[in-house]
Amino acid sequence: MTTSHLPGDPGRPLAEPVDAPPTDAPPLPETTLAELRELAGRYPQPRSALLPMLHLVQSVQGCVTSEGIGACADLLGLSAAEVSGVATFYTMYKRRPMGTHHVGVCTNTLCAVMGGDEIFQRLCAHLDVGNDETSADGAISLEHIECNAACDYAPVMTVNWELFDGQTPDSAIEVVDRLRRGEPVQATRGATITSWREAERVLAGFEDGLVDEGPAAGEATLAGLRIAAERGWQAPPFPDADRTPTAEPVEAPSTGSGTGTETDPRGAAAQADTARAQSETEVAESPADVEGGGSDD
Amino acid sequence: MTDVLTPVLTAGWGDDRAWTLEAYERRGGYQALRAGLAMSPADLTALVKDAGLRGRGGAGFPTGMKWSFIPQDNPKPKYLVVNADESEPGTCKDIPLMMASPHTLVEGVVLAAHAIRAERAFIYVRGEVLHVVRRLRAAVREAYEAGYLGTDVLGTGVNVDLVVHAGAGAYICGEETALLDSLEGRRGQPRLRPPFPAVEGLYASPTVINNVESIASVPAIVRGGVEWFGSMGTEKSKGFTLYSLSGHVRRPGQYEAPLGVTLRQLLELGGGMREGAELKFWTPGGSSTPLLTAEHLDVPLDYEGVSAVGSMLGTKALQVFDQTTSVVRCVLRWTEFYKHESCGKCTPCREGTWWLVQALQRLDAGQGRPGDVELLLDLCDNILGRSFCALGDGATSPITSAIKHFRDEFDAGMHTPSRELFPPERSTAWARPLEGSPA
Repeated sequence: MTTSHLPGDPGRPLAEPVDAPPTDAPPLPETTLAELRELAGRYPQPRSALLPMLHLVQSVQGCVTSEGIGACADLLGLSAAEVSGVATFYTMYKRRPMGTHHVGVCTNTLCAVMGGDEIFQRLCAHLDVGNDETSADGAISLEHIECNAACDYAPVMTVNWELFDGQTPDSAIEVVDRLRRGEPVQATRGATITSWREAERVLAGFEDGLVDEGPAAGEATLAGLRIAAERGWQAPPFPDADRTPTAEPVEAPSTGSGTGTETDPRGAAAQADTARAQSETEVAESPADVEGGGSDD
Repeated sequence: MTDVLTPVLTAGWGDDRAWTLEAYERRGGYQALRAGLAMSPADLTALVKDAGLRGRGGAGFPTGMKWSFIPQDNPKPKYLVVNADESEPGTCKDIPLMMASPHTLVEGVVLAAHAIRAERAFIYVRGEVLHVVRRLRAAVREAYEAGYLGTDVLGTGVNVDLVVHAGAGAYICGEETALLDSLEGRRGQPRLRPPFPAVEGLYASPTVINNVESIASVPAIVRGGVEWFGSMGTEKSKGFTLYSLSGHVRRPGQYEAPLGVTLRQLLELGGGMREGAELKFWTPGGSSTPLLTAEHLDVPLDYEGVSAVGSMLGTKALQVFDQTTSVVRCVLRWTEFYKHESCGKCTPCREGTWWLVQALQRLDAGQGRPGDVELLLDLCDNILGRSFCALGDGATSPITSAIKHFRDEFDAGMHTPSRELFPPERSTAWARPLEGSPA
């Protein structure tokens, strides 16, 4: 979300005025208006489609334009101010035209410590941009982003919200240089990079046929599963186990890639078999605490 | 006695094209759906309640009990909403689950919808994970085509429609009532409770909101039963769960184990700390859970064990930091996050996080003023319990716990920048082991 309600923050510019004129945005074609109506029809109450609709507006016009806000407002029976109020709350909605690709570098604590700060600084210098700015050639918009739920692959970068795991400053620069040259780039856990606009269309609710690219899981995702396979550890069998395929012994898993060709020598790294003896843990007797917790249930 | 690791949710993640319906069915996927739809909604709710499944998103509220709060005499439609807005710093379990095996979640959705008699369900997934959105949409499409979703599922007369809804970048939408406002097409700001979502949730109708991992655990519970589920975990924290190990360890990643495993055990499996490193501090369940230290290595990582030492199990996001790391730098960065993500609705959080950042920036730069540490504690005291939702409370956790364990580092911020005490380049993933550091 924006921080426009916070006074005097020297580190971040205030949000763009909601009526900032977009540049060079093509008008919304009738096909887009039809798709906006289709999105509204997917929900019991049409207003629920507003977030997807704004994603779609961005995918067509390159940012959330005043025209797009007006179109959403008209379709949903809202005022432009009500739609603007939503559009300015969420960080993924952009009020200025974006570069072809959006590059995000996680600088939340864990990624920052693991090198995300250095990656971000190097990319700023390499692209000659600051945070939330677009390179002069229009290819890359750079932004430092919050935790993107890939901490076991830190430091993490995103391109058009695809995951680029385990980056270094050099690897990050290589990725953006290849993008600027128009060369094909594939995410480490995702598909071939298309463009920020095409990504926004998928987020709006339209499939792009790339679902089967990329692996099911990366190495870190499978870390525990591999150790369990090496040591023959399993969950207790289901009561119906003798009638189902899951009763088969767990085999050393592949990386689950679409091509099924990848293996990782680290997966076979032998670990001292000391943990099994400690598998029984004492239960600390204390009152159940079901209050509080993180902010997602 | 169970094994140290018990892959259930993760069991199929290494399979070829694990995300497809074909791969999921090959492992017995959607068998639980047939069994569950043959049960009455009340019996299915009782099964999950008796199994002792507790919410895996942070708060640990019993899932079956949440379902039983839905007033079935209310004539309005009932809704199921899956909270897939995984954004708590350090938390990285739901995203890989939905990437590798989205059908596990879809099957759980149909079962849970049946249990609460909901005919409409939504997966609210954060927008910043494009490929996960692709996998979810494809899984839902496949499930419709196979008759697992839609009208008259498997000829049982049960109707369930499921929409995958991508968010747009706002941590606060992981708070369940803010999520509902966002899903209604509004700014994501939390709602006053009561009324609770079970009575007036989405569109002011009875609504259950559950975390991804909670819902994804339901098919296995239906298949395995109460005793099977309870054979893993501890007396009050039953079952298997995903622990996410990250930071200065050799093998970060997802480790699925019975509740009650310890960080010592998980670190051993993860190959220990990286070369030359020793554990300095860690979070048990994301940045909103108070920091712990090496003295807590043997704390059982279940709901009771972690709260007994003054923290919370949270999301089981085990972020591990070694001795090269400045705790002041970390706390500043987390606090900047909470300031950025504060929705602005309530004053203690909106203004308080701003002032916290000011004081922490001074300390991080070695320009702290006398009394800054007391100021931080006083500010936290005015935010904790006085903010509208848990975001404000969570913002105080890293600060108060870090001052408790590492007061000296904050005092050093009166004269020495953190980057001089702890050069950031020594903490990175590509840093060479420190000379003279313990082997």
